[in-house]
Amino acid sequence: MSDIEVPVLQDYVPTPELKPGAMSHLKPFKASPEHQAALGFPGTLVDDWQEVAIRRLGELVDGSRALRVYLDSCVKCGACTDKCHYFLGTGDPRNMPVARQDLLRKVYRRYYTWAGRWFPWLVGATDLTEEVLDSWYSYYHQCSQCRRCSVFCPFGIDTAEISMAAREILDSVGVGQKYCNEILGKVHKIGNNLGLPEPALRNTLEGLEEDVKDATGVDVRFPVDVVGAEVLLITPSADFFAEPHIDGLIGYAKVFHQAGISWTLSSQASEAANFAMFIGSREQMQKVAQRVRDAAIALKVKRIVVGECGHAWRVAYAFWSTLIGPLDFLDPRYPRPQHICEVTEGLIARGALKLDMSANDDKVVTFHDSCNVARATRMGDRPGGQFTVPRSVIRSVCAHFVDMDPATIGDRTFCCGGGGGLLTDDLMELRVKGALPRMQALNAVVQDNKVTHMAAICAICKTQFSKVLPSYGLPREMVISVHQLVGDAIVLGAKD
Amino acid sequence: MSAWTIGYAVLLYVAFTVLVGGVVYKIGIYAMTPAPLRIPTMPAPRTRSGVAMRLGREVALFASLFRGDKWAWIWSYLFHVSLLLVLIQHLRYVLVPVPQWLVFESPFGSYAAFVLLISLAGLLGRRLMIARVRFVTAPSDYLILVLLLLIAATGALMRFVDRANIVGFKAFIQGVMALHLEPLPLSPLILVHVASVAGLMVIFPFSKLLHAPGVFFSPTRNQVDSSRLEAQGAGDASAADVSAQPQAHAPAMREGAR
Ligand code: SF4
Ligand code: SF4
Repeated sequence: MSDIEVPVLQDYVPTPELKPGAMSHLKPFKASPEHQAALGFPGTLVDDWQEVAIRRLGELVDGSRALRVYLDSCVKCGACTDKCHYFLGTGDPRNMPVARQDLLRKVYRRYYTWAGRWFPWLVGATDLTEEVLDSWYSYYHQCSQCRRCSVFCPFGIDTAEISMAAREILDSVGVGQKYCNEILGKVHKIGNNLGLPEPALRNTLEGLEEDVKDATGVDVRFPVDVVGAEVLLITPSADFFAEPHIDGLIGYAKVFHQAGISWTLSSQASEAANFAMFIGSREQMQKVAQRVRDAAIALKVKRIVVGECGHAWRVAYAFWSTLIGPLDFLDPRYPRPQHICEVTEGLIARGALKLDMSANDDKVVTFHDSCNVARATRMGDRPGGQFTVPRSVIRSVCAHFVDMDPATIGDRTFCCGGGGGLLTDDLMELRVKGALPRMQALNAVVQDNKVTHMAAICAICKTQFSKVLPSYGLPREMVISVHQLVGDAIVLGAKD
Repeated sequence: MSAWTIGYAVLLYVAFTVLVGGVVYKIGIYAMTPAPLRIPTMPAPRTRSGVAMRLGREVALFASLFRGDKWAWIWSYLFHVSLLLVLIQHLRYVLVPVPQWLVFESPFGSYAAFVLLISLAGLLGRRLMIARVRFVTAPSDYLILVLLLLIAATGALMRFVDRANIVGFKAFIQGVMALHLEPLPLSPLILVHVASVAGLMVIFPFSKLLHAPGVFFSPTRNQVDSSRLEAQGAGDASAADVSAQPQAHAPAMREGAR
């Protein structure tokens, strides 16, 4: 990381001067032919790639109203241009959302619109050349699909939809991204992103039971494949072994334990993440999601609860009903699916958990709204519950809570810099620079309000922050799971 | 009947057909293209009427643009409102006799021409001056602005400076509508004004001007937040949690253990 020029934190994030081509060198590693084949994609660039790509583009537009309307409607007003953290962090104009869209739009216009066919120079349409394909690979892997740009666009143009489509086209001609495609292969083969096989998973969970017993003297269980449990917990596999995720998992277990809710993990669906969303493949997304439905039916559970994972919650909340729905075999008294923060908030509201806030007295906490949770889902009954529910949970377990600059939270939240399938070391330069707006806002509350910790509810955010915080001179331990705060404050066995 | 009259009449028929046919065709395509996944930008309304309100705010107030870029909002809002007023005022060429409300609107519609010119200059100015916007601008973006400026300038000149041909032009338009041509007054202002309006009508369905129907079909804005099966009844999951579950260290928990 030493050769990355880390942006300097200031009082605000200035809109950078344009530095054309500043990030054109950056490309993630390409997927090997085996990784491609495992997902049914060609292993290397196919001979007639131009034809294939153009055809696929047409198919995608025919199948997606979003894509069709967004490719037509942009008026180049520029409102989105300074909204992307990757532009703010790198200054590369191709990282302005509209310019990123234009990389695909100019090809769409050339082959699928009358104006682009006859007057390409007038409307900025271009042929699909190798150079263009190259720029797609580069810049559509510099979009974390966070949808911040879509909030400010007068037509709600969602660059994430366009970058997903572009990645799908790239996959279809044989140019896949290693990180995402390798991970998807592991999910199909082993059941989770980490490639953690069932025995190892059981082992880890047993170890956790011992740890919690040692620390608290209470038998808090971490059950796997328990048929007839009330709740199936679907959580990102990072929760099983990495800091700070694992403390969140302990938190969930304590909540279930203390509320007396029987729960189980599934060895077959031991992963909430669904990276197929990142590569824009509906077919893959359906396959990965199907595991969850199958597991829920096999384990005869009544509820599905999703752990702290941003894009997984998006897939669960917004896409499951289309992909694997309806989940009408689950208990109708609960939302199907339900977020772990909703479960915890409900229990706290009912007084079902005894909490000792003093356990978190050493902390001043702020909360990072993860982009997929914030802009693609809801919690609770009211619009905006995705902002209030986690905060309400934190406030019930920690006396010192401070929000960051309002322009950087809620639906205006900035991506951590590692979402959308970019959480890989080969994109470290982008990850460090893209974290700038969040780091800036965090640093401000660290300076002004003595904030010590930033809680998050997304495995990608937590991993990304642990990695980039030190680049900005902040301690990596600052980032914690919301359910670590909960777990630490729960008084086990003390309910009356 | 001069060749100009016939030529301009034909031009208007063609432009009108292309505009209406093209936009209807595009709307049909938008409506028929599936939107399988739910992607509303959250927080989104939970009801259809809520979505209607959301779209209403976007169309009437440009709510998202307002959050995104205040200057862009000011210029484009002024532009769209003044354009609307001017267009309404033009109904006096179509509606005979001119209804009372239109007589009342007319001064607004007339003076809006100046706002129209100023806002177009503002839009063009920021397109040229802000490097980020300039970077994403194609020749067609300038062309549309220049066409609009031409239209507004010639229109304002006819309204406020050279008013001599207005009556004759109205007769021409009436004739075009009645399929019974009246001579077109041969004023350069009229020729340029009508030709550029026709040009804009023709490019409408092939250009970014499709944002006008597009905004209504944008899934991020027009979808209801209703993709998950919500809790039935009071929706109070927590109440059920407690009543359905035994006490701490409950047997249910034990059964759940391996
Ligand atoms: S979705 Fe996020 S990362 Fe992608 S262009 Fe928009 S703001 Fe940037
Ligand atoms: S805000 Fe929307 S319409 Fe404006 S330039 Fe960006 S994508 Fe295009």
